[in-house]
Amino acid sequence: MSQQTAEAPVSSTAERAAVLHESGRAPDSKWIIVTRGIQRHYDMGGEIVRALRGVDIAIARNEYVAIMGPSGSGKSTLMNVIGCLDTPTSGEYWLNGTLVSEMTDDQLARIRNKEIGFVFQTFNLLPRATALHNVELPLVYAGIGAEERRKRAKEALESVQLEGRMDHRPNELSGGQRQRVAIARALVNRPSILLADEPTGNLDSATSEEIMKVFEQLAASGQTVIMVTHEPDIAAHARRVVVLRDGLVATDDRREVFAERAGM
Amino acid sequence: MPFFEAIRLAFAQIRVQKLKSFFTLLGVMIGVMFLIAVVSIVSGMGNYMKDELVGKLIALNSFELRQRPNLNIGDVNDAERRSWRTRPRIYEYDVPPVVAALAAGTGWAEYSENGVNVEAPYASPRRVTAYGVSDQYFTIKRMDVALGRLPTAQEYLLGSSVIVIGKDVQDHFFPSLNPLGRELRVGGVPYTVIGVAEPQGSAFGISFDGFLVAPARSPIRRYLNPHGVVDAVIIQSPTEAGIADNEERVREVMRARHQLHPEQPDDFTMETSDSALAFWKKIQGYLVLAGIALPAIGLVVGAIVIMNIMLVAVAERTREIGIRKALGARRRDILRQFLVESTTLATLGAAIGVGMGFAFAKLISMFSPLPAAVELWSVVLGVSVGAGVGIIAGVYPASRAALLDPIAALRQE
Repeated sequence: MSQQTAEAPVSSTAERAAVLHESGRAPDSKWIIVTRGIQRHYDMGGEIVRALRGVDIAIARNEYVAIMGPSGSGKSTLMNVIGCLDTPTSGEYWLNGTLVSEMTDDQLARIRNKEIGFVFQTFNLLPRATALHNVELPLVYAGIGAEERRKRAKEALESVQLEGRMDHRPNELSGGQRQRVAIARALVNRPSILLADEPTGNLDSATSEEIMKVFEQLAASGQTVIMVTHEPDIAAHARRVVVLRDGLVATDDRREVFAERAGM
Repeated sequence: MPFFEAIRLAFAQIRVQKLKSFFTLLGVMIGVMFLIAVVSIVSGMGNYMKDELVGKLIALNSFELRQRPNLNIGDVNDAERRSWRTRPRIYEYDVPPVVAALAAGTGWAEYSENGVNVEAPYASPRRVTAYGVSDQYFTIKRMDVALGRLPTAQEYLLGSSVIVIGKDVQDHFFPSLNPLGRELRVGGVPYTVIGVAEPQGSAFGISFDGFLVAPARSPIRRYLNPHGVVDAVIIQSPTEAGIADNEERVREVMRARHQLHPEQPDDFTMETSDSALAFWKKIQGYLVLAGIALPAIGLVVGAIVIMNIMLVAVAERTREIGIRKALGARRRDILRQFLVESTTLATLGAAIGVGMGFAFAKLISMFSPLPAAVELWSVVLGVSVGAGVGIIAGVYPASRAALLDPIAALRQE
């Protein structure tokens, strides 16, 4: 397939501006994520902390986007909202055509299960479960039968070249292998987006490159990838970089523009 | 998450922490163990009372017409007991009209009993319970001879001086002799031993073999009762259902003979195995209640321990809960996981407790005269009580786990 080698597409600025201004309307199916005026406030013992102050982001299907920002910029909060682990205080969040900003905990759990594949900095594998069982976990909560589960988990592990490590526990795997198990787990339920939070934060640079290659291949094969990081050289692997500052989108550019501005 | 998956997970968890699980379950185990042990012993005693004690004293499907209750143990005040003594006795001349009124196929035998002095040239004298009986007595009691023969119809009719003796009597008077044809002096009257009864066993350490049986009309009658008086008439129906009918027939005859007005109570007793067991049944009820109430305290403690351990488990596994939630576990999935875990844990403990309870009951019955019987309902009770304890103990920790915020849970180290 020609798509296998093609780079992930990037949506144009004009398109994004158009969809972001249609407040209250469901975006068309090209858009996988649209946030309009997302705010998230925390009550820290009487003092209101405004972590997000009106974030507008539109991400189309098949894009490979990095969200960058220094600590305190609100990128973790944004990633929690995008990952449906948290709901915004105000604003709209459309994920794959559904308005998730108003959903209950249990509805969000179903969305996380179906639409989102998480990859964490600390891998977050269950320590006592084998690689295979870790990868099976999202399918367990999707209510898929044991046989089908096993088959799909094996396929997912094969796709990250870990077919020989299925019965190993996380403590018997290297950092890079653990992260590949986590990627297999994230992809096993065929989610709309792969959401990675500092995926290379706990890895050395050689292993980081290896993981970035996996991401690139996934993006090239049509998987929507969103990566949250504070490292510019990791962010530069994505096709598009959104920079957050003080709870707002500061810049939202193609990789080339970003790299130029960062002096890379 | 499917139920089966949750159970599999619970077992995996228990396997990983065997020792901790064991200590967690100690309370439930001991609670259930005592529950089972007490219930087994009480119902064992019940069976024993029914089959061994009363069953041996009162023949199958029968009742005894008597002046006053013979076996009714306790549960009677002195005034009542005194009033029994003023009742008219049962006389020999009462027997033919009573027997004439019985349903077809009914067996009957009259008997009188008393302790009499027995002497022999071979051993020291001894007091033995002597029975003077009519001809169907051995059939009704299902008693046969191990040695010799039973009295013949002619011997009953004539009141011949022949006796069948119990095993203990044989052992005392004839430890190394063949007793058949030998003489024993019963109340000074010489009797010929014609048979030795099969061993009747014992109950609560009291032997049933220290007796002798002679025809009712034989000379010992004067040592057993005043002239013309009999202790009891045994009336045996062919089936259990026939007992009540025969009781009514006998009651009618006896009330007429004693000229009782309708408002007057019976002045005689018809003792069945049920009426003899009535008092025991009452005690048994209290014992079972105590046997359930006392271990219940242990179970409450067990429940608290399990709840505690589950709270610790939730705290230890906060990150795991966060991961599961991030991957799509709903509140009810997490709730179920922990609830199933505590229930599996407690049920396992209860199952071990059931096993230990039986072992304990068996041990007691081996080393003491208390018998034990395994009752299926107590197994079901023990295991379901354990499961119930697990559910109750698990609700609070599981709901805490279910309500955890996934972000905070993921952040926990």
